[in-house]
Amino acid sequence: MSDQVNTSRRKFIGGAAGSVAVTTVAPGILLQSVAHARTPDQPATSENRWGMLIDTNKCSSGCDACVKGCQDEHGWGGEDTNEKLSREDQQAQWIRKVNIRDTKTGYAHSLPLMCQHCENPPCVDVCPTKASMKRADGIVLVDRHACIGCRYCMMACPYKARSFVHESLLDQSAVQPRGKGCVESCTLCAHRVDLQGADAVPACAEACAAEGHDAFIFGDLNDPNSKLSQALAKHGGTEIRADLGLNLGVRYQGI
Amino acid sequence: MKKTVKFLEVENNGFGFYGLLGALGLIIAIGLGAAYHMEHSGHWVTGMNNQVVWGMPHVFAVFLIVAASGALNVASIASVFGKKFYKPLAPLSALLAVCLLVGGLIVLVLDLGRPDRLIVAMTQYNFKSIFAWNIILYNGFLAIVAVYIWTMLDATKNSYSKYAGFFAFIWRLILTTGTGSIFGFLVARQAYDAAIMAPMFVVMSFSFGLAIYILVLMASMKWTDRPLGDAVISRLKNLLGVFVAGVLYFLLAYHITNLYATEHHGYEAFLLLGQNGGALYSKMFWIGQVLLGSLIPLGMLYHPTLGKSRAAIGWACGLVILGGLAAMYVIIIGGQAYPLVLFPGMEVSSSFFDGVVAEYTPTLPEFLLGLGGASIAMIAVTIGVKVLRFLPVSLDDSTADPHAKSDA
Repeated sequence: MSDQVNTSRRKFIGGAAGSVAVTTVAPGILLQSVAHARTPDQPATSENRWGMLIDTNKCSSGCDACVKGCQDEHGWGGEDTNEKLSREDQQAQWIRKVNIRDTKTGYAHSLPLMCQHCENPPCVDVCPTKASMKRADGIVLVDRHACIGCRYCMMACPYKARSFVHESLLDQSAVQPRGKGCVESCTLCAHRVDLQGADAVPACAEACAAEGHDAFIFGDLNDPNSKLSQALAKHGGTEIRADLGLNLGVRYQGI
Repeated sequence: MKKTVKFLEVENNGFGFYGLLGALGLIIAIGLGAAYHMEHSGHWVTGMNNQVVWGMPHVFAVFLIVAASGALNVASIASVFGKKFYKPLAPLSALLAVCLLVGGLIVLVLDLGRPDRLIVAMTQYNFKSIFAWNIILYNGFLAIVAVYIWTMLDATKNSYSKYAGFFAFIWRLILTTGTGSIFGFLVARQAYDAAIMAPMFVVMSFSFGLAIYILVLMASMKWTDRPLGDAVISRLKNLLGVFVAGVLYFLLAYHITNLYATEHHGYEAFLLLGQNGGALYSKMFWIGQVLLGSLIPLGMLYHPTLGKSRAAIGWACGLVILGGLAAMYVIIIGGQAYPLVLFPGMEVSSSFFDGVVAEYTPTLPEFLLGLGGASIAMIAVTIGVKVLRFLPVSLDDSTADPHAKSDA
């Protein structure tokens, strides 16, 4: 009798240990999963501010992998562009490589330029219908249902980050509806951010990493432990036209 | 003794009236066709692009809207400043103001990427946007001036016209301030981002609006065989001269301030000297706006003999209007063509035309839409004076200003 194992006691201890383990670890897992993603019914919150740091020292002037990555993801431009009727200066460009040369020293480098996801975006200020808007998590978007195509946001954007769709479009990307007569720009791959949270990698950054340059760090500017915040704390980051005081979500190193 | 000024509808039903309606109607039909073509195809059929996003339709639209508020000035001088001399001129002034604004707004709306969503613009306002405020200001202007016209045309409501006129005057000043601020509030562009844009637009409105008013007055009185004395024309043309000079003053202040700041030297060299791809805009500025649009008409208006010739005054008004369109072209197109300064002191290039002057060649449909809008304004005036009592039966010197004779 005494040799017999008291199974009910073992079960109790096992159960109790399990409960303790679940109650200690589970919140971490749950919190982790909340930080990483939202369900479709959960709105974006100001707890996050998504942004990027781009190291121009790693950015090679002949490379446009980030541009191609964005084109593939969002279905604009490229060799088989669906804007065939539009002239070159009418075709959309959500991200572009800008070559910069210091006329005094001759120092030249290049960087990718896209919507800078300002904290105080001039495009949002000027939009008459609130179609140009900033989400709580800092991503600046165009509500394609409310955009009347007045192009005032394009006049206001200091970075020329926006494009107007000049013709009817077919062959669109599944993740990115686009339409004639509306303005559009980089969404910071909001569709990925919404699904994967801090684990998301925008298409441009993904393509850059695949090319081996790894010039982009995407992350949460509000989270001091994010790789982005850590890199900014260590190396700093420059805003383009910082004099405008817009507090950009996209920062650069090496400019 | 001063005669009472009578207003009457236009009785003339002749070939001239229907000919005018027909001609304007044709231009409007073509303009609407052009708008349909642009909307149906998309803006790729225009000269506009992702660099120059506002084109010829906006030149016409902003010009008409600015001129609209200015056209109301003649009425304001009568109602607000109590100058009885201008009273007979007031109803036409208010009618012209409404018609020009409607014409300009139609052009603006028909150029939208999604004009079918006008209801969104009317119901969903971003109150930080000067554009949204302008929608309210434009609609409000139409309503207020309509009431003002009512108080002028309905003899039983005449006593209210002073108040309606005063309110309309304040409203129109705010309205043109709003229009100028569309450009003044653009922080990142070298040509804009200047508080002077708002008052400069107000003075421009005085000038363009009065030039159109004088032409419309002369034409409508002549075509309806109603006498128009020199006293009226002489006062109006002298006033126009003051306004034209006023615009030049604001222009001078704007460019001198820019020339003082090294930051703006690039844009000033582009516009004033035609450097770095600015040749077209420089010509448009110096020849179009300054010489043809301001200095020559100023000389004509104050010339001892030309200043007395109706034909010369008419031509001077025409030149002021052309100069106004040139001014809008320089401000709207030139301001966008000059590249954004992303990295001051650096040379930049990209596939998206960074660092280079943007190309813009307007296409025919854009012109046609603009002309259509102007014709809508004119046809509305024509019908207005035909069916309601906007036009005085006589504006000869003894009716308009009996004192002018005794002074002479």
